[in-house]
Amino acid sequence: MSLEKNHVVPYKTYVFVLLGLITLTLLSIAITEIELGSLAVAAALAFAIIKSFLVLTWFMHLKYDKPYIILMVVFVFAVLFVTVLVTFFDYLYR
Amino acid sequence: MEHVKQIAHEHYDPEASKIGMWLFIFTELLLFGVLFVIYSVYRYLNHGAFELAAEELDPFIGAVNTVILLISSMTIAMSTTSLQKRNRNFTLLLTGTTFVLGVVFLVNKYFEWSGKFDHGIFPGSEYLINNFSQGEILFFGLYFIMTGLHALHIIIGLTLIGIVIWRVSTGTINADRPVLLENTGLYWHLVDIIWIFLFPLFYLII
Amino acid sequence: MSFISIEQEANYLEHKGKFSGLLGWIFSTDHKRIGLLYLYSMAAMFLVGASLGLAMRFELLAPGKTVMDAQAYNATFTLHGVIMIFMVVIPGLPAVFGNFFLPIMIGAKDVAFPRLNLLSWWFYVLGVLLVISALLFGPGTPDTGWTFYAPYSFRTGTNLLPAIFGAFVLGFSSILTGLNFLVTIHRLRCPGMKWSKMPLFVWTLYATAWIQLLATPVVGITLVLVALERLFMVGIFDPALGGDPILYQHLFWIYSHPAVYVMILPALGIISEIIPTFSQKHIFGYKAIIASTMAIAFVGYLVWGHHMFTAGMSGTAQYYFSLLTFLVAIPSAIKVFNWISTMYKGSINIQTPFLWAVSFIFVFMIGGLSGLVVGSLAANVYVHDTYFVVAHFHYIVFGGTGFAFLGAMHYWFPKMFGRMYDKAWANIGWLIFFIGFLALYSPMFYLGMQGMPRRYYDYLEEFHGGNIIATIGSWVLITGFIIILANLITSARKGEKVGKNPWNSKTLEWTVPSPPPLENFDEIPVLEEKDGPYNYD
Repeated sequence: MSLEKNHVVPYKTYVFVLLGLITLTLLSIAITEIELGSLAVAAALAFAIIKSFLVLTWFMHLKYDKPYIILMVVFVFAVLFVTVLVTFFDYLYR
Repeated sequence: MEHVKQIAHEHYDPEASKIGMWLFIFTELLLFGVLFVIYSVYRYLNHGAFELAAEELDPFIGAVNTVILLISSMTIAMSTTSLQKRNRNFTLLLTGTTFVLGVVFLVNKYFEWSGKFDHGIFPGSEYLINNFSQGEILFFGLYFIMTGLHALHIIIGLTLIGIVIWRVSTGTINADRPVLLENTGLYWHLVDIIWIFLFPLFYLII
Repeated sequence: MSFISIEQEANYLEHKGKFSGLLGWIFSTDHKRIGLLYLYSMAAMFLVGASLGLAMRFELLAPGKTVMDAQAYNATFTLHGVIMIFMVVIPGLPAVFGNFFLPIMIGAKDVAFPRLNLLSWWFYVLGVLLVISALLFGPGTPDTGWTFYAPYSFRTGTNLLPAIFGAFVLGFSSILTGLNFLVTIHRLRCPGMKWSKMPLFVWTLYATAWIQLLATPVVGITLVLVALERLFMVGIFDPALGGDPILYQHLFWIYSHPAVYVMILPALGIISEIIPTFSQKHIFGYKAIIASTMAIAFVGYLVWGHHMFTAGMSGTAQYYFSLLTFLVAIPSAIKVFNWISTMYKGSINIQTPFLWAVSFIFVFMIGGLSGLVVGSLAANVYVHDTYFVVAHFHYIVFGGTGFAFLGAMHYWFPKMFGRMYDKAWANIGWLIFFIGFLALYSPMFYLGMQGMPRRYYDYLEEFHGGNIIATIGSWVLITGFIIILANLITSARKGEKVGKNPWNSKTLEWTVPSPPPLENFDEIPVLEEKDGPYNYD
């Protein structure tokens, strides 16, 4: 029993994803020129999240995987997010 | 005894191996995630100091390393396609390229760290403790720990890729048994994702 | 395929593989042998941990120094905690009974990754040896408490690094077991074994495996950071360098609270197996129990701060954690209601496992209710770091996981060894153990409310009476335990032989011979719609 869908991803797809990733990287550097103040962290994180999404979806094959794997990945990121959030209940309100 | 061996091979279940690798990746995400929790707490508490300390880092090297890792992710992803197309030489070229790029990343890291050490900036150094504020000391502590742990994972990834290259060349990994290449690719992409977050959080703080 | 029938085939204890003798065990990838390897190593560590506990109780027989000074006492309770938590109750039920019975209960021949399973046990042994090495050489046994709080954990001169490294390796063992069980449950269920037909013990192993997987890395990296602090002075938790010791506590408890659910969820699963069997009745509220299991696992991730109410967190954090702590009690209560409801109008068979299960419900409830006390912000201020907390967690963990372990041990003993234990001695052992347990821990609630602090080798004269009762209780308890242990050991060799299903239970492990053959099943079972783990007539 090999790959569930036996889907062969074309080379081109991967190249396009890389171009997108590099573009986003350059943008994230360029945006540091703008004075964003406290939004700077949010902007940096936003770019990182989009880039990770690209890597997860195409490079890591999630786009072609069974739904339960995607569910697990989402769940784990949710756990991480909630952990940070709850920790900040302490630090934000000290 | 043959009976027992039969069980082991009857059970070629690539989906089980894939889930296993994803589960392992989850543990790594939690591991680094905790470090990001620490980072975010200390950045929140020491905003100015973090910005000041970050000026010691060179965004150009960071960006170069980021691009290197992104390209290496692409090459190893492409190798799963070439393996399925039974193009062994192209697979070897792609995985070999991935390996070389990983090594280049480490070399860059080595020069970065040496530069810091030469300036007296390393964990527990007299210079650091005497000349920098607490927030900056925390920044460098986190910098060395997080990039160091990341580099360790690069080394592990390179070891796995090395094994994969060997097995592709001997034919143990092939289009019918691609699991080891695919899962190694997953691990390498994880290492890439961690760096995708490390880069802006350490190098792009204004 | 084999030409001999399954009854004549050598069982897993007798099977001769590539290696013989001891090597045939420590190199075995058979999940049943690995389960027994864990059982024997954990039993040994439990005896060490219990001896440390007895030593502590002996010291506390009277105020002032009785047999040890403060430093020795600090080392003793540190080791007692590290051993009991990391080497006994966390591996506990999953490592022994999960390994042994998970594959059989879902109709599989082994776990998904048998060699990884063996590696998990080797990591366990390595971790144990590393921790023990911390005592044997170096500047002294760790004295930080099992919680390794910063900044003392990097200032103490005692030999912390091997202990930390050992705990890290033990964590690896836990993670790999969790990973193995998750893949096994996802991929190796026999035909017809839908998720809705899985036994409840398997469901709890599933939830537990997720916690093992996601929570353990947190303590892993936290301990690594303490080690780095000791070695390189990075400053992460050191207030002198700008670090926050409370952040250490956050990170430590982000693992260690879910860890208690690793301890208790499989225990709850075992009670959910024992009660229907000895009531000869379908479990009441199968789906509610599953939902409660998943709810406990999930909400249990969000309450860690209730260990830190007096540490210096913000008021917002304190309110939040107290509220969530109350919420997490609800699913546990649902389970207790369901067990009682299962027994109602059942055909009760009072055997040793049933006695353990019923006494479990009693002590678990007391422990749980006392948890509401410590979980209330206002009350916590008074009882934090007192014996009230010590009573609470021993009721829950020892009373909970411990009683469930002994119940499971007697429940599955005939299946594992093909012989029945001596029932009279087993029940006598249970009774003495139970009485000792109550005498040991009940006074601690009172002592705590009166203000006796924990982790002190000395106390005020007004606490003397309660301490005497507790110490005598510890002697009664250990007597009961020795009776139980001796009974199990002799019965494994000389007990009366049994057939496949002495308890008339409905789960799959009772359909295979006692002891099971190497591959569990001659043919993988196929479940039909009418089949189910609790379908009693």
